Amino acid sequence: MCETNTTKPDFKVATGDRAILPEGAKTIPIYVMGKKYEVPETLTIMKAMEYAGFQFLRGAGCRGGICGACPTVYRMAGDYKLHFGLACQTVVEPEMYLAQIPFFPANRASYDIKDMSAAADAIHALYPEVFRCVACNLCTKACPMDVKVMDYIAAIKQGQIEKAARISFDCIQCGLCSSRCMGEIPQYHIAQLARRVFARYIQPQAEHLRKRAEDIEAGKYDQMLDDLSSMDKDALEKCYVEGREREPDMAEPGSWQPQETKYL
Amino acid sequence: MKISYYPGCTLKYKAKNLETAALASLDALGIEVEEMDRWNCCGAVFSLANDDLIHMVGPVRNLLRAKEQGAEAIVTLCSMCYNTLARANLLMKNDPVKRDTINRFMDDEIDYFGEVEVYHFLNLIKNEIGWEAVQEKVKTPLTDLKVASYYGCTLQRPEEVGIEPIGKFSLMNELFSTLGAEIVTFDGADKCCGSYQVMCEEIGDNNAAAKVLSAASTNGAEALVTSCPLCEFNLGKQQDALLDKGRITETLPTLYFTQLLAISLGIASEELGLELNDAQVAQLLESKKLLVAA
Amino acid sequence: MTLPLNPQRVSVDSISKIKELSGENIKACMQCGTCTVACPMAEEMDFFPRKVMHFSQFGMLSRMEDINSYWKCASCHSCSVRCPRGIDIAKVMESLRLLVLRTNKNYIEPSQIPKEKLKEYPGIMMVAGFRKLTS
Repeated sequence: MCETNTTKPDFKVATGDRAILPEGAKTIPIYVMGKKYEVPETLTIMKAMEYAGFQFLRGAGCRGGICGACPTVYRMAGDYKLHFGLACQTVVEPEMYLAQIPFFPANRASYDIKDMSAAADAIHALYPEVFRCVACNLCTKACPMDVKVMDYIAAIKQGQIEKAARISFDCIQCGLCSSRCMGEIPQYHIAQLARRVFARYIQPQAEHLRKRAEDIEAGKYDQMLDDLSSMDKDALEKCYVEGREREPDMAEPGSWQPQETKYL
Repeated sequence: MKISYYPGCTLKYKAKNLETAALASLDALGIEVEEMDRWNCCGAVFSLANDDLIHMVGPVRNLLRAKEQGAEAIVTLCSMCYNTLARANLLMKNDPVKRDTINRFMDDEIDYFGEVEVYHFLNLIKNEIGWEAVQEKVKTPLTDLKVASYYGCTLQRPEEVGIEPIGKFSLMNELFSTLGAEIVTFDGADKCCGSYQVMCEEIGDNNAAAKVLSAASTNGAEALVTSCPLCEFNLGKQQDALLDKGRITETLPTLYFTQLLAISLGIASEELGLELNDAQVAQLLESKKLLVAA
Repeated sequence: MTLPLNPQRVSVDSISKIKELSGENIKACMQCGTCTVACPMAEEMDFFPRKVMHFSQFGMLSRMEDINSYWKCASCHSCSVRCPRGIDIAKVMESLRLLVLRTNKNYIEPSQIPKEKLKEYPGIMMVAGFRKLTS
């Protein structure tokens, strides 16, 4: 990461991931790794840092609050309290002290999902440290997605995989929970394993999905895909624009069927 | 009186039989409890160092959840949960300085001052309905069954949270007498089963458990009864290993006190969770003709 | 066995640290050995509880570095309820454990326990064991 010169470029046109500034935006002071920068208000932390000259090689991903690559810890001047957020979602505030935690060295067990079962003891054996939880709740406080982390860890300890999978559903694997854990527990990796075990061994399987997967594997759609991939661009466009049957917007579920039923 | 039921982690999984038998029994006895909808591990062992308050947070969080739900008491089945919750409750009642520190640390929760009473299941049935009322509901008396009550460490010590004075084992013994069993006393009812120390040693090397089992067997017990999943693991599930290493000479079926209670209240064997016990438990109960099908 | 005392082994600081953590007046111990008799783990220990109390009275932490006594203690409180001097010996044992654990040292390594054993252990055992034996 490096700093650029302080002359402000013209912001009328936004290109790529560059900051888009509203007319007459004011600047506010923020501190990145202890050093002060003046950045326009209303920017997200990520855009403010880019404005200040930092370039993200790691620690940035979807920029839409869902990939979990840009967890950030910050504190406001004069207050002891730590706050947590995603750099791509959280808007900068004056006197914010920031640090990025793009990666935390949390234990991640390797396993073959085929060797697991609906029983929780395999999860317990892979991550015995889950039993070191002291219910301090710092994990939940650190979660930028408002997941009740302590509660799903409690569920894992109790062997309740489905409960853990459901509570942790919104987890985006950013790892901030682990960074705060006095039990050194990799909460997010354990939750991911719980969701995988739940999906494979506990949740009822969708019959139509299973059948469709079988159809695909049996080659039912191979011919269609071959036909499509052998078309030239014009033919493909024609097929897409004119030849395509399309479900009407807002159609009642089950009320519409295509006339061509060969691939159903 | 609204009573919150606190299960404890192991009772939802490896010791489900301790819970299912208890809940079926409470139903049969007409005692209403409500399982807490949100709870966490109590920590199993009470923190003993003066400055170690972070380990109080787990048990206190459960107590304040009970308060939040408007409960006057919290009841547990597991001895270790009982011990930890009861001691944390005393601390919150009696130590204003530590109480303040703990309450301030949990700034995401309501304040707690030790308002909720902590009961062990045995206390609850004795106090709520009494032995006579239990006796009236007995459908399958445990006649001819010689039972040794095993309290372990945490039901009686330390004194201030003991479910009864040290050295007395009347709560369990009175319960099993009420249920028609023959009581066997032995020197070892409050001796340690080896606890978590088993993690540090080879399987079958648990001398502490061997001593408890031998003492009860020598005095003629046919069944050993406990209220702790850790005791059940050490004394019940590890018996084959103890036998293999020659630390005990005979086996002794070991089960939860709630399972015997449920049996005598006529609860179907399917609800006893016997598949989670060592196989010899079901064999013993069958040979005594104590099992009824649904 | 005699207990040789010298300035390298005796530490006033350690005595006060043990007192502070345990809240117990270890000086009150009169070495009667009731704790050892009451202890269900005594035969697994390389030094009996009475001896550990004696070491503690002189703050001999370095002498106790490699002994297993306080790790074998399962906090059953058999000693504490019988001590004629009213010392909660289990709390002294806990202090000795914490003085090691708080330097980021583990007595057992959860990740080294064979998976087959971990699958069998009830949750309560891992909660209790890790709390007493890991940092």
